[in-house]
Amino acid sequence: MTFEYAPALESRAIVTIKPKYGHFINGAFVSGKKHFPTINPATEEILSHLSLGSASDIDKAVAAAQKAYTKTWSKLSGKERGKYLYRIARILQERAREFAVLETLDNGKPIRETRDIDIPLVAAHFFYHAGWADKLDYAGLGQSPQPYGVAGQIIPWNFPLLMLAWKVAPALATGNTVVLKPAETTSLTALLFAEVCQQAELPDGVVNIVTGDGSTGATLVNHPGVHKIAFTGSTEVGKKIARAIAATDKKATLELGGKGANIVFDDAPVDEAVEGIVNGIFFNQGHVCCAGSRLILQESIAEEIIEKLKVRMAKIRVGDPLDKNTDLGAINSREQLTKIQELAAVGDAEGAQRWSPQCNLSEKGYWFAPTIFTGVTQAHRIAQEEIFGPVLSVITFRTPQEGIDKANNTPFGLSAGIWSEKGSRTLWASQQLRAGVIWANTFNKFDPTSPFGGYKESGWGREGGKHGLAAYLKNGKESGAK
Amino acid sequence: MVATNRIEVKKTYKLFINGAFPRSESGRVFEVLSKKGEFIANPCLASRKDLRDSVTAARAAQHGWAKATAYNRGQILYRIAEMLEGRAEQCAAEISATTAITPLKAQSMVSEAIDRWVWYAGWSDKLSAVTGATNPVAGPYYNFTIPEPLGVVVVTASDSFIDFIDAIAAAVVSGNSVIALVDGGLSVPAMTFAEVLATSDLPAGVINILTGSLDELAPWAASHMDVDGFDISAISKKKRTELKVAGAENLKRIYSADGKLTPSRILAFMEQKTVWHTIGV
Repeated sequence: MTFEYAPALESRAIVTIKPKYGHFINGAFVSGKKHFPTINPATEEILSHLSLGSASDIDKAVAAAQKAYTKTWSKLSGKERGKYLYRIARILQERAREFAVLETLDNGKPIRETRDIDIPLVAAHFFYHAGWADKLDYAGLGQSPQPYGVAGQIIPWNFPLLMLAWKVAPALATGNTVVLKPAETTSLTALLFAEVCQQAELPDGVVNIVTGDGSTGATLVNHPGVHKIAFTGSTEVGKKIARAIAATDKKATLELGGKGANIVFDDAPVDEAVEGIVNGIFFNQGHVCCAGSRLILQESIAEEIIEKLKVRMAKIRVGDPLDKNTDLGAINSREQLTKIQELAAVGDAEGAQRWSPQCNLSEKGYWFAPTIFTGVTQAHRIAQEEIFGPVLSVITFRTPQEGIDKANNTPFGLSAGIWSEKGSRTLWASQQLRAGVIWANTFNKFDPTSPFGGYKESGWGREGGKHGLAAYLKNGKESGAK
Repeated sequence: MVATNRIEVKKTYKLFINGAFPRSESGRVFEVLSKKGEFIANPCLASRKDLRDSVTAARAAQHGWAKATAYNRGQILYRIAEMLEGRAEQCAAEISATTAITPLKAQSMVSEAIDRWVWYAGWSDKLSAVTGATNPVAGPYYNFTIPEPLGVVVVTASDSFIDFIDAIAAAVVSGNSVIALVDGGLSVPAMTFAEVLATSDLPAGVINILTGSLDELAPWAASHMDVDGFDISAISKKKRTELKVAGAENLKRIYSADGKLTPSRILAFMEQKTVWHTIGV
């Protein structure tokens, strides 16, 4: 006798999707000239058509943001700015389920994650930053630190609304106005957020949203009216942005790729570690820049961990993202699925051993079964390149130092995990690892109070916490400086 | 008795790499003249290979320097101030000989440079308290953020001895290893300063000094994949773009100072690391 979970579908009735969307410029929706379809990656159903942002759309949005900056937003006290952010946080909480369902439809990630992680964190980010708005003198940036003006923000498709919150909340709290370009495949929650701005009566032009593709983003980066760039996405595009702004005084924060190492020492709590490994790589289909995509196992416990990991992986439920029991949803786009398939094929070709549990993947939509590769060496491409999918590369080590050396052996430095019951070893490892975020006996935890960002080629700057404010403020007068 | 017509024993100006004073592998030198046109010295015209050797030395030295206690690093920086005090007269004489700066002004510049070392020395064990944080995350986790050194940092200097000192001290105090690129006449007091470093208990390779041409060396530094940070304060605005473009290849942290004495300059070459640890019985 087998026990199966009956489907437990979240209703999509709470969401109304318009057949066509414009940009959100100066407080109103403005249709673009050209449109492109946006789909549900779990069904390939066309959800709506979005405006393709042109140079003139960007011009208008930047002009609106500039005007809002000089006329209203920069004149407002921090206290009043903060209240707008609090309003936004509250409305997001009120409409949380609507946002969760829409995010799941548009992105393909499980409703369990959008409902319990993405959207609650979005509201928390606005609530946290709201409180900073009138306390910036205490942020360690001198007296009266000043905003840059117009922030151009470009966000990815893996956490669409959460990345919007990471960008918009600190920018507004510090007194900047924004032009945001959501990802081409996941703009719907950003456009719903525009409605929240309207409900909060946020002054026109403080938040502008222009949908479109990479060229829309490039136009925004190069616009002379933008003073500050905030980008989350690939290292490749991050480098392009760094080059594009080299001749300007524009400041940039870049949150880029990663190849996070999850190091398991021989004294680790095994069951917790296995859960952490699963959460590290299969959370959000592995579409996570800080994913623990390299499992670095001490040799003496490698066999035991891999065995338990396979048992656990066989219990991962892959399927309809709207099903509340689903653990692993759809891959966000055909393009991304192809990239994952290609890199996995490289893993096979380079001699690593692939394993996946039996999964019944739907014919429609984009799916990739949870996968591990064992027998991976440092030189393999699947040990060096970001796959951005549910694919884990397993590497082993003998001495703790060897484990650290292997963990640090990529051009990235975003995240790492440490599994050990020994406090001194954990702290030692956390000192040795060259990564901006380190999780000890946990993984993939996020919080608005906690700075996030990478070392090396994982980017510039931090988002979140006191440190994230520095990204949006020019230093004020320092009392001790000569 | 010293004869008045005694022939002075002049110094050969070399480079400072990995705690030693080698000549440039290229065999090249350049002439530094006084403002009246008198010959002063033939400092080395450092090459790309000298830069690469310096990066290798700096990388090898960095881990140990960062691992040294903040107390220890602070004492070594203070020791540099002590040693520079003993060489103050020589440095001042070289500054006034190679520039239009008066001897009196040169002396006060060197005094200020010594005081800067004292100022930076005091920062070593305060950075994490002043710029770190414990973060009240919504969950059973102990979460803290601490600054850590970046790695290997190249700094630039061209006219001012104080700027030269600031650039090095700001990068080195946190645990970075440094390669200072020095242009023109400043090379003369800069190499005397290297002798100060050699007697300051500073581990070999932590600070390296190359003299020569910024125009020649800066692009090589910008494109070097094992350089993590680049202080381009001494580079003219016009020439910064190409360096930033080259530096994007490994996303170097590129910084230029605004003339203020501020810990921001130290933080420009540090990373903030956030660690989450579970709390539970």
